[in-house]
Amino acid sequence: MAGSAAEPFVEAFDELTSDASTPAWVQSMRRAAFERFGTLGFPTTKNEDWHFTSVSPIADHDYVFLAAKSGDVGRDELAPFTFGATGWYTMVFVNGRFAPELSDIAKLPNGVKVWDLASAWTKVPDVVDRVGKLATYDNQAFTALNTAFMLDGGVVQIAKDTEVDRPIHLVFVTDATAAKGMMHPRNLILVGKHAKATVIESFVSTTDAVYLTNAVTEVSVGEGATLQHYKMQRESARAFHVGTIEASQARDSHYISFSLATGAALSRTNVYTTLDGEGSGATLNGLYMANGEQHVDHQTQIIHAQPNCFSREMYKGVLDGRSHGVFNGKVYVHPMAQKTDGKQTNNNLLLSETAHVDTKPQLEIFADDVKCTHGATVGQIDQTALFYLKSRGIESALARRLLTYAFAAGVLETIEVNEVREALEKMTLERFV
Amino acid sequence: MSLIEIKDLHATVSDKEILKGIDLTVDAGEIHAVMGPNGSGKSTLAQVLAGNPAYEVTGGSVTYDGKDLLALPPEERAQHGIFLAFQYPVEIPGVSNAYFLRAAYNEVRKAHGEEEVDPLEFADFMEEKLALVDMDASMLNRSVNQGFSGGEKKRNEILQMAVLQPRLAILDETESGLDIDALRIVADGVNKLKRPDNATIVVTHYQRLLNYIVPDFVHVLVNGRIAKSGGKELALELEDKGYDWVTSGAPVGAGAA
Repeated sequence: MAGSAAEPFVEAFDELTSDASTPAWVQSMRRAAFERFGTLGFPTTKNEDWHFTSVSPIADHDYVFLAAKSGDVGRDELAPFTFGATGWYTMVFVNGRFAPELSDIAKLPNGVKVWDLASAWTKVPDVVDRVGKLATYDNQAFTALNTAFMLDGGVVQIAKDTEVDRPIHLVFVTDATAAKGMMHPRNLILVGKHAKATVIESFVSTTDAVYLTNAVTEVSVGEGATLQHYKMQRESARAFHVGTIEASQARDSHYISFSLATGAALSRTNVYTTLDGEGSGATLNGLYMANGEQHVDHQTQIIHAQPNCFSREMYKGVLDGRSHGVFNGKVYVHPMAQKTDGKQTNNNLLLSETAHVDTKPQLEIFADDVKCTHGATVGQIDQTALFYLKSRGIESALARRLLTYAFAAGVLETIEVNEVREALEKMTLERFV
Repeated sequence: MSLIEIKDLHATVSDKEILKGIDLTVDAGEIHAVMGPNGSGKSTLAQVLAGNPAYEVTGGSVTYDGKDLLALPPEERAQHGIFLAFQYPVEIPGVSNAYFLRAAYNEVRKAHGEEEVDPLEFADFMEEKLALVDMDASMLNRSVNQGFSGGEKKRNEILQMAVLQPRLAILDETESGLDIDALRIVADGVNKLKRPDNATIVVTHYQRLLNYIVPDFVHVLVNGRIAKSGGKELALELEDKGYDWVTSGAPVGAGAA
């Protein structure tokens, strides 16, 4: 029996799990997860992982589960979110459900296969049996809730030795019909041995409605493979967003993650990776920008489980108005993970007296021959630089924007996909006017 | 009418009085050198004229081109033709030199009711400016001052001056960190930008720069006041005798050295 936290969700859950066309093994996974969510409940600030983020604004709302296809989004409305790129392999999901008419996956190159999760259960059960193996939910209430309600999402499989020529873009868009709705997108990305690919996930909106996105993406990076994985959180200004990425890396693999968070009233992004093979490396970068009353939280976790692995992490935050930023960067180095080389930095720029940030590096090292550093800074606009720009005739507002951009530039320049980098540079310049 | 008239100017930084009554008048077409020992207030004077908010003006007046200069924010001073070449130019990562220069140029044009120029027009305009300070066009694609050598930074300051074409340029210790070749290039640039309707104030500790930028007047700043003024020969005399000659209050006879 599900506990009290699950009660508001029982009716929708019963309806979802009564659908006879879904395989029994999926239904039993959902049931186990729902049971667990009932026990865990939404996390409180007493939970160390949620100390700086109260999810009561999320828990205080009632949501309609958007099980059926809904919404009316035109291709032209997607233009602001597709980086001006053409020819990318794109899967679009409207209000949580796959929209083939907006997607471009007819001409996938050899070695690349994609499915929508809702049909993958029956079409390729041997592929999607990885679902739930990578993202565990014993202590993750939102992942448990996602697993209970998982229905649709992108399944991406890259065969071994395949170098994918263009990015694969998973676009999750909401429109006004998503108001008061909840979505639990579930994605699976499997990158084969020595393959190389770029996958971008975008969470965007054409509305200013209140809704909840609670996404989980599971990632497996095979031996010697490289995955560039960008997550763009640009939800409605009144939305709630929780997004969890859990990656597992084989030997000599490289997982490169970039997380952008600019949308939502309250957002939490978790990027977790386990370096589970010798010689593997993880690069986790990100940029969060908030103003008004926004709350934007990132938690990253890098588990060094094997020797001779590296991790590089750079997160930058720009906070204006009364916004609140949170960064918690965990690095675990297991006893056998000798020769670990880890570096973490988190820099924050506060543009107002009322913005604030909590930054918490958290290194737990159980091996003795490692090199791990971390550093966090919180600062304001450099007055000398501001005067320098003004002394050249540049108006105060533009000068502040240029310096904000300059602050973010260091992490933006790590983005290897030109269209994405240029779009984010422009966005950064225009974000704080 | 004088281009700038400074009267009994007092200024403090962190509640410490640095300028204790400066009087200085500069006419169009003139070059004035302001010299002085460390801590005499010469850099403060440069910063105050440019409008650095870290300095507080506590008394006196500055009339520039008929306007109350002290009432204007720094960006408006620049738009009206004041230019400060920084002793320590600021690095701005991620913002290209080209973007920065064009932004500044357009802001000044906008303030004068002129149309902004697009990147292509600006590139043409930049060609001769670059030649003036012997800079390669590739410098425009680099982030502002980031990773620039000391000489490149100072040349970039003069490049900005060439772009903005100020009526009053203030060079703050421009020679610091320059080898002789870079010094010559920088001074050359300044001299070529000289016109009958603009003026230059050269703030310097050493006489060396004044071999290349020859002043019409030299002022010696001591303890926040101008202790002595004269022609260009005063700089040579200072070089020869040191600042003690002025600070001790009693001029030392030529034969005593």
